[in-house]
Amino acid sequence: MSEQDAFRAEVREWLEANCPPEMREPIRDEDDVCWGGRKFRFKNDAQKAWLDACVAKGYTVPDWPKPYGGAGLTPEQTKILRQEMKRIKARSPLDSFGIWMLGPALLKFGTEEQKVQYLNPIARGEIRWCQGYSEPGSGSDLVSLQTFGEDKGDHWVVNGSKIWTSYADKADWIFCLVRTDKANKYQGITFMLFDMESPGVTTKPILLISGNSPFCETFFDDVKVPKTQYVGEINRGWDVAKYLLGHEREMISGGGAGGDMVSIGGAFAKAFGKNAAGELDDPILRAEMAAFDTDVFAYRAMGERFMDMWKTGRAHPASSNMMKYVGTELNKRRHELVMSGGGSDALEWDSEDSKGGARARSWLRTKANSIEGGTSEVMLNVIAKRILDLPGA
Amino acid sequence: MPLYHNDDQTMLKDSVAPFVAEQAPVSHLRKLRDTADATGFSRDLWAQFTEMGLPGMLVPEAHGGLGMGHMEAGIVLEEIGRNLTPSPFLATSVGAVAALAKAGGTQAGRWLPAIACGEAIVALAIDEGAKHRPDRIATTATRAGNGFRLDGKKSFVLHGHVADMSIVAAKTDGGITLFAVPKDANGVTADPRRLVDSSLASHVTLDGVEVDADAVIGEVDAGGEILDALLAATRTGAAAEMVGVGQGAMDMTVTYLKERKQFGKLIGEFQGLQHRAAHLYGEMEVARATVMKAQQLLDEGSEGAKLMVSVAKAKAGRAANLAVREGVQMHGGIGMTDEYDIGLYMKRDRALAEFMGDVHYHIDQVARMNGY
Repeated sequence: MSEQDAFRAEVREWLEANCPPEMREPIRDEDDVCWGGRKFRFKNDAQKAWLDACVAKGYTVPDWPKPYGGAGLTPEQTKILRQEMKRIKARSPLDSFGIWMLGPALLKFGTEEQKVQYLNPIARGEIRWCQGYSEPGSGSDLVSLQTFGEDKGDHWVVNGSKIWTSYADKADWIFCLVRTDKANKYQGITFMLFDMESPGVTTKPILLISGNSPFCETFFDDVKVPKTQYVGEINRGWDVAKYLLGHEREMISGGGAGGDMVSIGGAFAKAFGKNAAGELDDPILRAEMAAFDTDVFAYRAMGERFMDMWKTGRAHPASSNMMKYVGTELNKRRHELVMSGGGSDALEWDSEDSKGGARARSWLRTKANSIEGGTSEVMLNVIAKRILDLPGA
Repeated sequence: MPLYHNDDQTMLKDSVAPFVAEQAPVSHLRKLRDTADATGFSRDLWAQFTEMGLPGMLVPEAHGGLGMGHMEAGIVLEEIGRNLTPSPFLATSVGAVAALAKAGGTQAGRWLPAIACGEAIVALAIDEGAKHRPDRIATTATRAGNGFRLDGKKSFVLHGHVADMSIVAAKTDGGITLFAVPKDANGVTADPRRLVDSSLASHVTLDGVEVDADAVIGEVDAGGEILDALLAATRTGAAAEMVGVGQGAMDMTVTYLKERKQFGKLIGEFQGLQHRAAHLYGEMEVARATVMKAQQLLDEGSEGAKLMVSVAKAKAGRAANLAVREGVQMHGGIGMTDEYDIGLYMKRDRALAEFMGDVHYHIDQVARMNGY
């Protein structure tokens, strides 16, 4: 048996023993997602048991080094773990911006002390992070951000506001881009970390077209941030932010945007019924769904290739922009088809039958996919300039 | 297995890419076209391919080949695509070899070594109408004497007029049977037609063609599985070639965007074109990954291969088509001239897209394989 086969067998056995049956059921609502953090309340014992088991094994962040709460797995082993989890339909034990975004940034730019201090609570699901990037006047043109940290010797005093801070009202800490030099656009931003319970931080949820409020406006009014709480170098936060945006794009394009990647036509054929030839009984919808499924299966192969290359340093550093662009556009298309397939049932907004308007709300939510984390148009700009090397305007 | 080329495959690419680019660039195609070459490809070039062992890449070592996989064959096909090289590689070294290797037996022993040493060109006589419908084969094989009598019409048979042997799919009493029909068999007429991409494909008439019982590839009535192997290999190969065609067209176009000036600017500075080029890049990357996945699954003998092959043929078809259309459009007027190569890419893409099932055929297959 090869080393990989042995590892696969070991993982399989461990999952069998540790993943509760309830955690192998599909995710039905937001409560089924474990985000961790000080304010998080487990939905049931199985959710907690699954998290505890993964934390003990380092499997919430399998590819992080052991001293920081990970399992120290190689890319190949991580892929095997992912495949085996998918095989038994295991849910993710812990989702968090700490894992997807801050973690990778700290692993690259953090000091040893910061890694130990911040990564372990992320891995254990104890501290939930949110991201303070966009501002009311700084969306796609993020680098124009105005939130300012005034230098007070051993600390900064931060004033300003952020927008689209996902789950800011539920998060414990924020990683935040703050201008520390007004004269220098790109090299005048510092990547700060601070507690959301710091005096002067307030959040206000934003009601979206989906009727939900996953995003907040976040206000800073004389917030004191010790000068130890920054990542990378002072005034060089843009480097960290750019690196981290790559991971955000990786996340949005990977799990998020692709959805579960199952055949949409196969699912809808059951609801629609089939004709005598066994075909979905609406030829144009069938054709559109089949074309979409083809693109989804293709994108799944792309996702596998991208991850294989990304994890081994073979990918073009800007290729996550392409993944984000293709993946989010695909997800929007999926939800358009879900709405078409669902007909008038899918229009229901709050009935029990519609699970509180789940389809309609999800459809509307996906419209943000190609806006958040860099719009599709910004992604295309980046691909054009950094990958295709087309001349600047 | 990770979804990128390993060291050996990278080495193969590093030797094949410059070889094809130097020996058979687009000017090679032009020369064959402009001299109305009657063979449809260069036998000298095929001899050079043979020196490198390429015709027998997929032939098992026991039959004198290199015993490589579809991932490796795809590397060669991508370069053939990028250079628009007329070559019997896809039909002979990929499609025919896949069928013969799957079937084994007398015909495998007869033809695989001949293919490996570059002596035999094999054609695939599958299609019968203008569209690819391998589930509706009407050509019949009826028992006669010691063997069979074949009757029917085949179309889109690449290299059919020069092939040493044609693999003919025919209906038998209990299913489909594949036959190895040699060039000199009585009753076979090949009528070669020059296609839009300057390749030669034949309408083949089989009029009472008598073959021995041992002309059967595999077993009588059991040709379905062998045909599936032939189709999967050829479709994946055509998809890999299309990735090469699309990439070649895209590279040429992106280069042009950096050279051509209008309104006092390089046209590549215009965001309208930048976004379209960037979108095309994404589509091409997805197509490339998809084709590699199909190659990998075929090489692993995976059950999932069939779905991924159709996904690959459809996705590569869409992406390469976008590449050639954007290529001509972004080149502007010069893209419409025969002198410029971009139009040749559009022509080759059109022919490859049609070969062994077009985008629509394969999207329909994706639906069927997913139960709708």
